[in-house]
Amino acid sequence: MGSLPFCAMAWHRQTRERNQMEQMIEQAGLGDILAKVKNGERLSIEDGARLYRSPDLLAVGYLANLVRERKNGDNAYFIYNQHVNYSNICTNLCKFCAFGKPKESDQAYEMGVEEVKAKIRERLNEPITEVHVVGGIHPDLPYTYYLDMLRGIKEVRPEIHIQAFTCVEIAHLAELAGKSVEKTLLELVDAGLGSIPGGGAEVFSPRIRKLTCEKKLSGEGWLEVAKTAHRIGLKSNATMLYGHIETIEERLDHLDLLRKAQDETGGFLTFIPLAFHPKNTELADLSKTSGIEDLKNIAVSRLFLDNFPHIKGYWVMIGPKLAQVALSFGADDMDGTVKEERITHMAGGESGGHMADTELIRLIREAGRRPIERDTLYNVIKTY
Amino acid sequence: MQTIIDKALAGERLNGDEFLALAEKGDLYQLGFLANAIRQKKHPEPMVTYVIDRNINYTDICISACKFCAFFKAPEDAAGSVLTNEELGKKIEETKVLGGTQILLQGGLHPDKPFEFYEEMLRFIKGYDIHIHGFSPPEVCHFAKLSGLSVREVLIRLKEAGLGSIPGGGAEILSDRVRQETAPRKCSADEWIGVMEEAHKLGMRTTATMMFGHIETMAERLEHLDRVRALQDCTGGFTAFIPWPFQPDNTVLAHLPKTTAVQYLKMLALSRIYLDNIPNIQASWVTQGPKIAQLSLFFGANDFGSTMIEENVVAAAGVGFRLSEQEIRTLVEEVGFTPRQRRMDYSLV
Repeated sequence: MGSLPFCAMAWHRQTRERNQMEQMIEQAGLGDILAKVKNGERLSIEDGARLYRSPDLLAVGYLANLVRERKNGDNAYFIYNQHVNYSNICTNLCKFCAFGKPKESDQAYEMGVEEVKAKIRERLNEPITEVHVVGGIHPDLPYTYYLDMLRGIKEVRPEIHIQAFTCVEIAHLAELAGKSVEKTLLELVDAGLGSIPGGGAEVFSPRIRKLTCEKKLSGEGWLEVAKTAHRIGLKSNATMLYGHIETIEERLDHLDLLRKAQDETGGFLTFIPLAFHPKNTELADLSKTSGIEDLKNIAVSRLFLDNFPHIKGYWVMIGPKLAQVALSFGADDMDGTVKEERITHMAGGESGGHMADTELIRLIREAGRRPIERDTLYNVIKTY
Repeated sequence: MQTIIDKALAGERLNGDEFLALAEKGDLYQLGFLANAIRQKKHPEPMVTYVIDRNINYTDICISACKFCAFFKAPEDAAGSVLTNEELGKKIEETKVLGGTQILLQGGLHPDKPFEFYEEMLRFIKGYDIHIHGFSPPEVCHFAKLSGLSVREVLIRLKEAGLGSIPGGGAEILSDRVRQETAPRKCSADEWIGVMEEAHKLGMRTTATMMFGHIETMAERLEHLDRVRALQDCTGGFTAFIPWPFQPDNTVLAHLPKTTAVQYLKMLALSRIYLDNIPNIQASWVTQGPKIAQLSLFFGANDFGSTMIEENVVAAAGVGFRLSEQEIRTLVEEVGFTPRQRRMDYSLV
């Protein structure tokens, strides 16, 4: 081989480097999972549990990074977006939430449609492509309020994509309207809805829902709304709130249900693991998630959810530093510039509420990836 | 790349060119796996150490006016102050109550306090029966200049007055170009290394730091690591190496971008790989926060540094991470290591 010219030799060199990494994966006892990953085989729930329990974070991350690279190459995405949390008044009052308040609370607020429109108008000079609208399960705002809000946003900024109302809110709106979920969604789309965010999934396990969010839409209900949305052509995201009282098996059941739903519809764009923030919640005695746990959840979801195109390291939740590192642990998306995000901040999230696009671009570049500004549906707006 | 990785894994020393190639081409996993393998070899016991101490800054008045510093007050600034013995005593007592074993004593280069002032301060602190890890090389050089004594004489007298070991601060980047541009009044790279050599020869252990991510090039970081490694070959007196990224807020260099977490982890790993003769590498949780500090344990770090009951210098640059001893222990345990309190010389408490 010594006589081969440089480029011909390069293949041999790269192969040897890869093999060395693979040896380390085998030493970590994950050789069979590596083989599955290389062959594009689906991982089992047991594989997922072994990955979660492996003390070898680098080995797990390396595996997830292989999948990320295969699916998304060097691309790392972000979006120029705006968040509107229209009201924190909520009848569910989940134990892990610091945002929702009963109507009579002095911290309760709600925005009228005009107020929401004013928020959109305030930032017309910025190149925002998406507005992300999420709120509580309000006891008495009428169905028309939601339709009017969508129409109002479109009136102020017709070209903006509205990603609004988690599956939990959609189910509530269908009830308010007295119509089927499908009919309700069609009306919302008609009023301007573009896609559905991934919130409210929490952990699907009935045990967890009973203990932490008894009044919330069930896991089954959540998946049904998402699949209905997909069937009428809407795209949506999915999340999992980890780091409270759930077990590894419950996480994997959650991921498995998402994987099955995606097999059926193909309508999910992105999976976003959400780190639980205990401050100001009823579970405040629990500790914050560790960096290891955050990266494990990114990596395992990338490995397990083989039919999801994208995994997001949401910087508002895990901090910009770890979100940058997550780009090497399976994530290919950092979310966006955000602004006025209230849900994580009420729970003691420490990341600033806003990140300039230039900073996102720099973080992505320094992580060795190609920064790509996308729209909601992952169309490329600009490659940096 | 492959030859370099093989060499490092075999425990062979890397040369400067190999370091630069690794810094340029090594990805996060190559560097992480290498650094982690080397750490495991050097520290097979599943343990991560930390020290309980307090940073006491006896004065913020400083004639050095380094561009990367947000802590100092110029001598003519009325806001500057010097701690009284009463304040010192109170801080030490609080430290001992929290299980502290040492005081990290550092301050600005005060224009006119006589050398005896520092000797008295050491004797006063020593009255509390606590280890004093104090006076970084720029301070030692400053004392020598003010008193007309040699560095060696200054160190002998400080040791007699109670100084136990010397912190590795003020190293910044051990390259005279970088020092000329950012801290021209601070001791030179040669002087910094010279103080450490004399201290080691007098039987005092020291640490070494590196503040990177401002105006230096990768070749200048290499020069820094090279100087530390060469002295260690000669004396063996360094206990630990502590790389941490420059924090620009509130400094003259505030326009520079902050080093990102990925670049920090890479530099940490490169330090572990290159400094084959330094036993301990510390994570910088005070600049990186708990999550990245925890991750550092996979990138070459085997020590969590100090609990820093008090910290003023990094805080002045707008970085607010604080951790209690319990939080440090939990972070370490979550990775699967046993947290152990240690002393300056890495003996366990």
